Amino acid sequence: MTELATYNFAYLDEQTKRMIRRAILKAIAIPGYQVPFASREMPMPYGWGTGGVQLTAAIIGPQDVLKVIDQGADDTTNAVSIRAFFQKVANVAVTTRTEEATIIQTRHRIPEAKLGPNQVLVYQVPIPEPLRFLEPRETETRKMHALEEYGLMHVKLYEDIARNGRIATTYAYPVKVAGRYVMDPSPTPKFDNPKMHLSDALQLFGAGREKRIYAVPPYTEVVSLDFEDHPFEVQRFDKPCALCGAEQVYLDEVILDDKGGRMFVCSDTDFCEDRRAHGHAGAMLASNGLASDGLPGGKEAAE
Amino acid sequence: MSDLPLLKVKDISKFYGSRIGCRDVSFELWPGEVLAIVGESGSGKTTLLNCISTRLLPTTGSVEYHMRDETYRDLFRMNEAERRFLMRTDWGFVHQNPADGLRMTVSAGANVGERLMAIGNRHYGNIRNTAIDWLERVEIDADRIDDQPRAFSGGMRQRLQIARNLVTGPRLVFMDEPTGGLDVSVQARLLDLVRGLVNDLGLSAIIVTHDLAVARLLSHRMMVMKDGQVIEHGLTDRVLDDPREPYTQLLVSSILQV
Repeated sequence: MTELATYNFAYLDEQTKRMIRRAILKAIAIPGYQVPFASREMPMPYGWGTGGVQLTAAIIGPQDVLKVIDQGADDTTNAVSIRAFFQKVANVAVTTRTEEATIIQTRHRIPEAKLGPNQVLVYQVPIPEPLRFLEPRETETRKMHALEEYGLMHVKLYEDIARNGRIATTYAYPVKVAGRYVMDPSPTPKFDNPKMHLSDALQLFGAGREKRIYAVPPYTEVVSLDFEDHPFEVQRFDKPCALCGAEQVYLDEVILDDKGGRMFVCSDTDFCEDRRAHGHAGAMLASNGLASDGLPGGKEAAE
Repeated sequence: MSDLPLLKVKDISKFYGSRIGCRDVSFELWPGEVLAIVGESGSGKTTLLNCISTRLLPTTGSVEYHMRDETYRDLFRMNEAERRFLMRTDWGFVHQNPADGLRMTVSAGANVGERLMAIGNRHYGNIRNTAIDWLERVEIDADRIDDQPRAFSGGMRQRLQIARNLVTGPRLVFMDEPTGGLDVSVQARLLDLVRGLVNDLGLSAIIVTHDLAVARLLSHRMMVMKDGQVIEHGLTDRVLDDPREPYTQLLVSSILQV
């Protein structure tokens, strides 16, 4: 591609990308700190990933390979439309395979496969402020971040234990980044929190409506908050994935009929397909080779 | 008891534009002493309290506090982090309206435990036990620990607010009309409780009130304010039994006798 053709590459104008890149650099320099930025109108509604799309547009280049997931799946509306958007405005290669991607834009999940140092994970964030529902004043939450007054975060966890006997927060579980800022990891399940810790990949978070960018640089400590007598623990699943037999992965429940039939399958569709391609089979995998068409057989039955 | 004052207030003035909030107030507060600030509405009591407790920045003057490391620090020369840390560990502030000082949407236990968590306590069991202990000390049943303050009566809320403030073992407590809005029997019980706690813990307190009975029951010394200035200052019994200023005489004589 010529120099001229890359001008105004990927939807945003150069000045906007410059502004977002400056915010990204600042966010990387101060891990976990929410950097305000002049979020633009994007051709999609707020809540559909306008923050993530702006981040991706600001960092993507012609050589990049893009993967977009929504709840772990490559084939859901949000993922399909954002992938199509970047194919159209940037003409970049896209993939559903985690290891081939250089940029992975995600909503609600971190891929099961371990990410490498050549990859960037871009999160779509609805509410970047972890203290928001405890302290409604923005001036006050900023001050609390500045002065490292995070007692309130534990008040939330205390309430969880007092009401439910254990920490019942299962998603958007607050973490402390590099021993300093408390951060909302976006509504990923707390199952994924340990994957953020000392990750090889750069992690960027964009909140379009709230106009905030924050980041976790590679090899940064990310510690989930907890109590000494109620330590942090992730969700556990009784059964392995019904399609690929994987254990220690995050599973989605799929309702099969109105008689209580259900199955639990990997929420990360690429991971599940890859395992099946390598000959792993779960208890409910149809034997007629449905695995090869890319859609889990059980999901079709559910629809 | 130390023979050095806990708090040295020098020439505090606060102007709201050309209007006077309070003017040239100086006093010293000793450890274990309870000082009442009385006066009618609009006399500058609350402005003065807010200035001393750093909730408001006074126009002139200084407030020096005797820190736990035996040094005096000017509160307005501290940075904000130090000041806020002081406010949530070594000080307490009891608001007239409990809703201002409590988190109404979290349980009583979390309200009491918040300060402990803010100073780094990370053991749920210990926090909860301390909370239960404090609820009992302010006469709230331990089985109400998981109820939200909005389910509490006014008197209970006020007692919960006191427990929340005292849990870190502060040395100085500010109270702004602590009995305002409570009925007389609940007031009496609260005053009794506060008096007991102040004695047991050796607290110093500055209490703003327009109710001379509260001042009589709780305080050792009192200051009478009028139009932003302190017009009379002395031992509580002396001021109430033998008021010198005409305004104080008026104030004392206007107490309803039943």
